[in-house]
Amino acid sequence: MIRVTLPQHLRTLAHVEGEVGLDVDGPVTQRSILDALEARYPTLRGTIREHVTMKRRPFIRFFACEEDLTHEAPDSPLPAAVAEGREPFLIIGAIAGG
Amino acid sequence: MSRVRVLAGTRKGAFIMEADGTRKKWKVSGPHFAGWEIYHVKGSPADPNRLYASQTSGWFGQVIQRSSDGGKTWEAPGGGVTVVPGEMPKGESNKFVYDISPETGKPLTTHQWYDGTQHSWEFKRVWHLEPSLADPDTVYAGVEDAAIFRTTDGAKTWHELAGLRGHGTGPQWQPGAGGMCLHTIMLDPSDSKRIAVAISAAGAFRTDDGGSTWKPINRGLRSQYIPDPAAETGHCVHHIARHPSRPSTFFMQKHWDVMRSDDAGDNWAEVSGDLPTDFGFAIDVHAHEPETVYVVPIKSDSEHYPLEGKLRVYRSRSGGNEWEPLTKGLPQRNCYVNVLRDAMAVDSLDSCGVYFGTTGGQVYVSPDAGDSWTAIVRNLPPVLSVEVQTLQ
Repeated sequence: MIRVTLPQHLRTLAHVEGEVGLDVDGPVTQRSILDALEARYPTLRGTIREHVTMKRRPFIRFFACEEDLTHEAPDSPLPAAVAEGREPFLIIGAIAGG
Repeated sequence: MSRVRVLAGTRKGAFIMEADGTRKKWKVSGPHFAGWEIYHVKGSPADPNRLYASQTSGWFGQVIQRSSDGGKTWEAPGGGVTVVPGEMPKGESNKFVYDISPETGKPLTTHQWYDGTQHSWEFKRVWHLEPSLADPDTVYAGVEDAAIFRTTDGAKTWHELAGLRGHGTGPQWQPGAGGMCLHTIMLDPSDSKRIAVAISAAGAFRTDDGGSTWKPINRGLRSQYIPDPAAETGHCVHHIARHPSRPSTFFMQKHWDVMRSDDAGDNWAEVSGDLPTDFGFAIDVHAHEPETVYVVPIKSDSEHYPLEGKLRVYRSRSGGNEWEPLTKGLPQRNCYVNVLRDAMAVDSLDSCGVYFGTTGGQVYVSPDAGDSWTAIVRNLPPVLSVEVQTLQ
């Protein structure tokens, strides 16, 4: 079970509390996690990645295992600790705006 | 007894205010969608309990919210999961995609960018939601970058009326200071195929065939800030309003100038008359007097606040040109708020109520057509939009 932590506004939008647990088929990557997340919660489509282009929205960041994975390729394998559910995959709303 | 429900969109959420017909005691709920920018909230004329809200964020993009109980509860339409055996679950919530299909759409054209180059259309947010006059599930959305979308399934799915963006003048459009937004949508109560829209800074446009074909309707506008002041497009129209009984009479607050058209925008004449300044954003028409018009003059395009620190609504009872200041109950010293384009509305009670919101967080009501004003609330986040529903 993959553990995903959402920013507060997206937890409210998706009507979830705490972490989200996801089953991910195949390699655990940014793309496969986000695909599974959006399939479970379609309301989140477009809020993390742009519709159509599927590019990460500019003020969204991905952290895990105390590392910034934002600029990793979407299909790069994530750390084993994330794939094994020992560490959460953190989706962060960047600190911006003053 | 009739009631009113005021729908205010602010920088940090939506607020709903309700009162009986006296409009003296108000019940306020909110913030709904706390922390998000709510550009617009509007109710369906066909079903007053059906509300739509544009919820947007620089971080998380665009969400459309819908209520079927007058704003007590909300849902993001299309947010539910559709499951087809053997396929991934899917939903279509929040999706505004420009139509580039060869059958119904146009190529993704370009428009003028700030540096004079051509720039592709990019969806940013929904500025205005205009529910159909007859069907609660049909809504038009004005978006940035400027285009008009329509849903016919209660906001689950949205489709562009691409004839506007692609009709030919699009490459000349350019963003105003607030972005290139389609902010005004007027549906004609006498002709369901006629729709007028306004775009900053492109001008006004109209379709007479339900949205397939469009034309600019800017003849008579003069704007000194563009190379050809009388150009077909390029005018920074701030808002347009009209009375439902006179669907071809439009009143416009342009960047500078208050304008009037009596042929649905084909020709315009200035009616600024004796206003102390004719810059402003908001404009509206009395619910029962088609020649009574309201504006809130703002000092200038570089100083977005009232003249002399005095918040004054101006009313014309002659369809323009002659204006009177309305000040009773409004601050007449040290007031430096703005009133944005979608932040004025009227109710349709016997004594017409007039409402407006400010960037200082006040929402004012006048239950006597502007003669006197009181604040419903004083300390909201900056108010982006105000709508009002008259309920039985």
